[in-house]
Amino acid sequence: MSFLNANTYYIAAFGLIFIGLYIVMAKKNLVKVVIGLSFVDSGINLLLISIGYIKGGTAPIFSRPGISPLKMVDPIPQALVLTAIVIGVAVLALALSLVVKLYQQYGTLDIRKIRGLKW
Amino acid sequence: MVAIILVIIMLIAAVVAAVLKDLLGAVIVAALVSLITAILFYLLQAPDVAMAEASIGAALETVIFVIAIRKTERFEDK
Amino acid sequence: MRKIIALIFLAILLWGITKPVSRIPFGTNKIKVAEHYITKDITETGAANVVTSVVVLYRGFDTLGEVTILFIAAIGLASILYLPRKKVSDEVLEESSLILRTGCRFLFPLILLFGAYIFVHGHLTPGGGFQGGAIIASGFALIFLSCRERVVSTVKLGVVESLAGMTFVAVGLIGLATGGYFLLSFLPKGTLNMLFSAGIIPVIYVAIGFKVGSELAGIIGNLMERTQ
Repeated sequence: MSFLNANTYYIAAFGLIFIGLYIVMAKKNLVKVVIGLSFVDSGINLLLISIGYIKGGTAPIFSRPGISPLKMVDPIPQALVLTAIVIGVAVLALALSLVVKLYQQYGTLDIRKIRGLKW
Repeated sequence: MVAIILVIIMLIAAVVAAVLKDLLGAVIVAALVSLITAILFYLLQAPDVAMAEASIGAALETVIFVIAIRKTERFEDK
Repeated sequence: MRKIIALIFLAILLWGITKPVSRIPFGTNKIKVAEHYITKDITETGAANVVTSVVVLYRGFDTLGEVTILFIAAIGLASILYLPRKKVSDEVLEESSLILRTGCRFLFPLILLFGAYIFVHGHLTPGGGFQGGAIIASGFALIFLSCRERVVSTVKLGVVESLAGMTFVAVGLIGLATGGYFLLSFLPKGTLNMLFSAGIIPVIYVAIGFKVGSELAGIIGNLMERTQ
């Protein structure tokens, strides 16, 4: 139980990453694959943020006087993840536009039936 | 304690999204996963990231997925 | 077969990952670079929100690159989904109901106002250009989904987007001309926790807010219109 308590966020992050990777590798529907990619995305973001966390820390904002700078959590992972989320949604939209084009070409979303490039 | 309950709900929702045959349902459950991720960001003292994840992960991603499903097909065939 | 291979691969990955991660215990203090940013933030940039000053000033080049990635993704989507003008969907649109139309007409300006509030106060409170832009884009998503008779021009969104991007680069270049390096904060820092403070941070974040908002709204519009 103490292991669970100490590592809750790591378990959440790796759980999301592994479920996402499993969907990407094992599922045959293209929209499902893109959903799996979005899970991997959120899992990695959660991992970065939880690495930057400090026990008992405050958010890195000087919202009122008297907040000690030494108790703040790490702002650099937050700045990285902030932009990564926005880029993630744009890349997701790009992937889904490719899925829509493939559906128009082949009339199916099943990757076993899309064999235009296979020998 | 809150975090453990949220994490359990989130992982169950992710597995449900992997198993469901109805793609629209899977997308809605994926939005739930994003929303819980946003709450976890807030608990980890990252309000900036929590706002971005809530507005993008729960709203915009769902809209984009729903548009794509409407242009293609809704059910994953067996 | 496919599932078994996937599970074996994931087991190997888990075995390989536990070792390095177990050396980073959760919640301990491991700041080195960030210590400089946190302690020197008020004197160097004058922004109350440290994340904002890292995104816009200390790592402003990164942000410029990331905004460029966003732009390239939007261009890629538009060119993949390219349709000649006359074919752009003239499918018969369902009239939205009275409740939907009224609610959308009432909510859309409020969502825009909230998004603008978020990115104007980016250097004081949680929030900023990326979050405000996403909120504005979700307002446009409401228009695209529920209020179909109100046409949003993706061309005009593109104009707003490129003007905002040019503002970002131009402010950076003014810093290069006056002080010697790109994205120098050449405006006065002002007093902490006031709206007009923190040098060029509000200017750049407003530009990023317009850029992200119009970019994501354009992505949704292209996905809606350019495909049958």
